[in-house]
Amino acid sequence: MSETAVVTLEDVSHVAELANLELTAEELPHMQHNLNAILGYITQLNELDTTGVPAMAQVGEMLGSEVHLHGETLRPDAIKPSLDRAAVMAAAPETDGKFFKVPKVIER
Amino acid sequence: MTTAATKTIDEIRTGLESRSLTATALAEEHYARIAAEDGQINSFLALSRERALAKAAAIDDLAALGDPLPLLAGVPVGIKDVLAMQGSPATAGSKILAAYMPPYDATAVKKLDAAGAILLGKLNCDEFAMGSSNENSAYGPVRNPRALDRVPGGSSGGSAAAVAAGFAVATLGTDTGGSIRQPAAFCGVVGLLPTYGRVSRYGLIAFASSLDRVGPVTNSVKDAATVLKVLAGQDPLDATSSDRPADDYVASLTKPVAGLKVGVPAEYFGEGLDPEIRAAVEKTIAQLETAGCTIVPVHLPHTKYAVPTYYVIATAEASSNLSRFDGVRFGHRTESPANLSAMYKKTRDEAFGPEVKRRILLGTYVLSAGYYDAYYRKAQQVRALITRDFLEAFVQVDVIVGPMTPTPAFKIGEKSDDPMAMYLADIYSVAASLAGICGISVPCGTTAEGLPIGVQIMGKHFDESTVLRVGAAVESAQA
Repeated sequence: MSETAVVTLEDVSHVAELANLELTAEELPHMQHNLNAILGYITQLNELDTTGVPAMAQVGEMLGSEVHLHGETLRPDAIKPSLDRAAVMAAAPETDGKFFKVPKVIER
Repeated sequence: MTTAATKTIDEIRTGLESRSLTATALAEEHYARIAAEDGQINSFLALSRERALAKAAAIDDLAALGDPLPLLAGVPVGIKDVLAMQGSPATAGSKILAAYMPPYDATAVKKLDAAGAILLGKLNCDEFAMGSSNENSAYGPVRNPRALDRVPGGSSGGSAAAVAAGFAVATLGTDTGGSIRQPAAFCGVVGLLPTYGRVSRYGLIAFASSLDRVGPVTNSVKDAATVLKVLAGQDPLDATSSDRPADDYVASLTKPVAGLKVGVPAEYFGEGLDPEIRAAVEKTIAQLETAGCTIVPVHLPHTKYAVPTYYVIATAEASSNLSRFDGVRFGHRTESPANLSAMYKKTRDEAFGPEVKRRILLGTYVLSAGYYDAYYRKAQQVRALITRDFLEAFVQVDVIVGPMTPTPAFKIGEKSDDPMAMYLADIYSVAASLAGICGISVPCGTTAEGLPIGVQIMGKHFDESTVLRVGAAVESAQA
């Protein structure tokens, strides 16, 4: 991470592409400005020496045996009724009653 | 506007038992207040009148038979619109989910329902719970009932405003970086952040999964303890919910606070803290000392790194969680796209607001090739240091007390063009979020202008009982 994060317009376009977002010509420079301001602020994390510090993804990892670990208890492998199909289909924009219908978007 | 005083959960129970009150009349009274006053505040997005009145009738039948009433019998509650509630829309404050009707109840909602609560409807919030002011909802901003030109705080602004305005006795909010506690402070109500894993997240539309928590907003600490008692517990549908047994939070309120060690971190009283908030919080600490607590200075040396760490981790997780909203599976879909890629992009462009787009872009950037280690991994390491600070402090003290917000509620529009200024409004809330500890915001005074001030009490993992006990002592010192 550089001390002064410099995100170019090309970077913003690239990240937007990765994120499946379409930004307008007006939005691009605005987002570039915002990202640079926020990432510039984030660079202060570089002040810290984190050599040897484990990355923490979930709080349970830090608590170890002091408390019961999350997710220890597994559900029984048993067949149970799931959501009612008709209720689920009722939430869909388009359905044939049995399956969701989605528009064709890939041309042969 | 004048904010109406509502009944406590205990008063509702007594009223139902003595037959001086019916759940139906109470629900109707709340709906009437919403109809008359919520036009100014915009806290409710949808009302679930049919479900609420059917439940109220069932509670009245129970009371008529003289049967024992469940814990939240007849209590009118509202649900933040990021939680699934059968029969009502769940928009998450976003246009992309405008038409989404979940066919099930979130576990927290199901537990409230099973405890006899009357589910009034769904509450406005920042889009996908992203915001500190409730100005990012696609359905318009929420106004603070204590001062209509000011924000109620975010993202559970609708949840806090509804309680403050007397539209509900309790509400559910969610807190990812302060979104229950900060709006509670701005609106002058109680907001409880349970320990990560204490309350199931099943049925919550995810923002940042390692941080998101569900908790109550109420008028009093005792009401918060009662609602937590209902919500707490392991849920087989959420693998991160803890199997640690829940305490009797209400019973613990009767224990005195004398003898408790209260940590005061110097890092929470530095530059940028509003002088009136500093004075109110210092007065609260002095009151706890008078009540027999020992005040102990503690250090949380990585506090200044909490906001940057939070914005890396939360946005990274958000960019992943929100990738599911692509026009195929949920909600809005663009009209006549040229191809699949255009469908994804146009759908997301049309339906996501600017703050959500900004956070998705930031999250995608910090996770992208070449930046993952520099930003995301680094932030996860600093998260471990921040958590270690708390674990070390809690060896010396029972709770940590400090300000909840650096300023009182700010004016609508005041910070909306400056994301960094907005993010710094969370400076005292995000560290507890990153560390997974519990916390509460309790009203501790008002500014000269009459704006509410909240004090934050943070506690050890799964020690909500002590946090609530200290909260109740703070509350009684205000009376």
